[in-house]
Amino acid sequence: MSRRVKLKSWLPLIIVSLVFAAVVIDMDLMRMLLEGLFPGEKEVIYPRANLLVLLREHMLLVLISSVAATIIGVGVGILVTRPAGRDYLNLVNDVSSLAQTIPPVAVLALAVPFIGFGFKPTILALFLYSILPIIRNTISGLEAVSADLLEAARGMGMTRSQTLVKVELPLALRVIMAGIRTSVVINVGTATVGAVVGAGGLGTPIISGLVRDNPAFVLEGAIAAALLAFILDQYLARAEQSLATTYGTKTD
Amino acid sequence: MIELRNITKKYGEFTAVHNVSFSVETGEVCVLIGPSGCGKSTTLKLINRMLEPTNGEVFIDGTSVYNLKPELLRRKIGYVIQYVGLFPHMTVADNIGVVPRLLSWDKTVIAERVDELLDLMEMNPLTYRDKYPSELSGGEAQRIGVARALADDPPLLLMDEPFGAVDPLNREILQTEFVKIQRTLKKTVVFVTHDLDEAIRVADRIVIMREGEIVQNDTPEAVLATPKNKFVHDFVGSDRALKRLSRFSVAEVMRDPVAIRMGDLIEKDLASVKRKKGIRYVWVCDEHDKLRGWLDVRLLEEGCGIEEALTEIKTSHMAVNRDSTLREALSRMLGEGVKVVPVVDGEVRLVGEINLADIEKVTEEVEAQWKE
Repeated sequence: MSRRVKLKSWLPLIIVSLVFAAVVIDMDLMRMLLEGLFPGEKEVIYPRANLLVLLREHMLLVLISSVAATIIGVGVGILVTRPAGRDYLNLVNDVSSLAQTIPPVAVLALAVPFIGFGFKPTILALFLYSILPIIRNTISGLEAVSADLLEAARGMGMTRSQTLVKVELPLALRVIMAGIRTSVVINVGTATVGAVVGAGGLGTPIISGLVRDNPAFVLEGAIAAALLAFILDQYLARAEQSLATTYGTKTD
Repeated sequence: MIELRNITKKYGEFTAVHNVSFSVETGEVCVLIGPSGCGKSTTLKLINRMLEPTNGEVFIDGTSVYNLKPELLRRKIGYVIQYVGLFPHMTVADNIGVVPRLLSWDKTVIAERVDELLDLMEMNPLTYRDKYPSELSGGEAQRIGVARALADDPPLLLMDEPFGAVDPLNREILQTEFVKIQRTLKKTVVFVTHDLDEAIRVADRIVIMREGEIVQNDTPEAVLATPKNKFVHDFVGSDRALKRLSRFSVAEVMRDPVAIRMGDLIEKDLASVKRKKGIRYVWVCDEHDKLRGWLDVRLLEEGCGIEEALTEIKTSHMAVNRDSTLREALSRMLGEGVKVVPVVDGEVRLVGEINLADIEKVTEEVEAQWKE
């Protein structure tokens, strides 16, 4: 790929990222947009916190829950594909599918009495909701490594852990990355629900707008959350692609 | 030396290998052969403990293989599998360097060894070192598979249908190369195949298996000449004489060529050509001894000019390599409808000629030997 083509494919993403940064940092832009859309409203920008603060809270929710889901999800995926853990493969598949069928709001409602309001129940809900794609992709990525390669690795004298680290994980990495990407994108959207129990984040203006019947607040949070999800998705997708090209198996 | 003593491998009620004993001398190529499900691959995998036997023991140079941890044992034994098993996320150099890295060799030593092995496989290190397996042809990948198994220069090599996944043409080339490399490396090799032609070509000793037991353990010549029972007889097939030709290389039987340089093709030198009695064709080479064509001496005698008597050829169609087998030479003769073909080396230089009568003589001699 020539440098020019590379730049061209990156350009839209860079522009969207800059627009996002501008909207978040300079609240006047958002105000102008929302005043144009909702001329009847007295107040169009959520007054209690600016977007930068909300964004930071939101990112923190996503970061903590996604990192936890990645560590646990990949770990569980590895465990159930080892000979010792294979008996639990079906069980783990079922349980993680079940976790995703429970709506995050229900998790919040159930968790609040036990662990209180705020950050913690939100993180738990996000974690449970996003672990499925990671576990599932880790399992399918590892299972897709061909038996010949495993035989070759064993026949050359690799131990089980060497086979995992040097052969299985590098080959499954791309599929695992795809799972992480899915889960991060889901989390960015779902994290807005956290505002219901006072976790802050970009959901705060949305909930407030719904309560006060102010569509401008709703849109303020929704635009920011959507842009964030889109941008993270694109960057992670590119990271995934670059993994594939370095192995000489470019799929154009 | 590898020795298997009374090896039995059971899977539940099913006996895959039953009371098998044989030994492979140092430097010998032992081929395990038989129909699918005869236990040949299982037997191979019992040697480097990819599988553990239900009964019996395996010794390498007098030491039991169970004295060592399986991983450490396997690092000392080269292993080549049917589908090559090159790691797609590693370059050719990294693939070859797997075992040296497991053994914590120094990086520069590994790099040198990789280049050395690529040279041995007649693959240019500069071209291939940094390629990924997806950029290799089947034959190239298979060569890298062999190079990888040889990385630590193990005295032992286990090969499980190593050329099974390659097309017939490339398989023959790989077999020829293997025989050539083995002649210099002198590894102790256990080689599994279901292809008898391949076995006859590469083996010093053939172990024929059926339903988990050894039916016959003999030299290739003996297997062809004196099949032990009907099973071996049928397995060998009716074209035994033809198969036997795979045991001989062209270089063993070829004669010195009668040749002339392209530049000497002027009237006065042709007199010397004509005077050679009983010769019908004279090979024509360029100044680097590369084969260019042949002269039909009879046409010259009948008074034709050089242009009419000279046939220029594409060497690839006509000539056989000195490392080819007599079987290939015979097949080339039949294919081209001639009784003599030129023999060339790797650089297409003329090194000899081989004719039908000489091949016939070899068959007769071998036949006579076994009748005694």
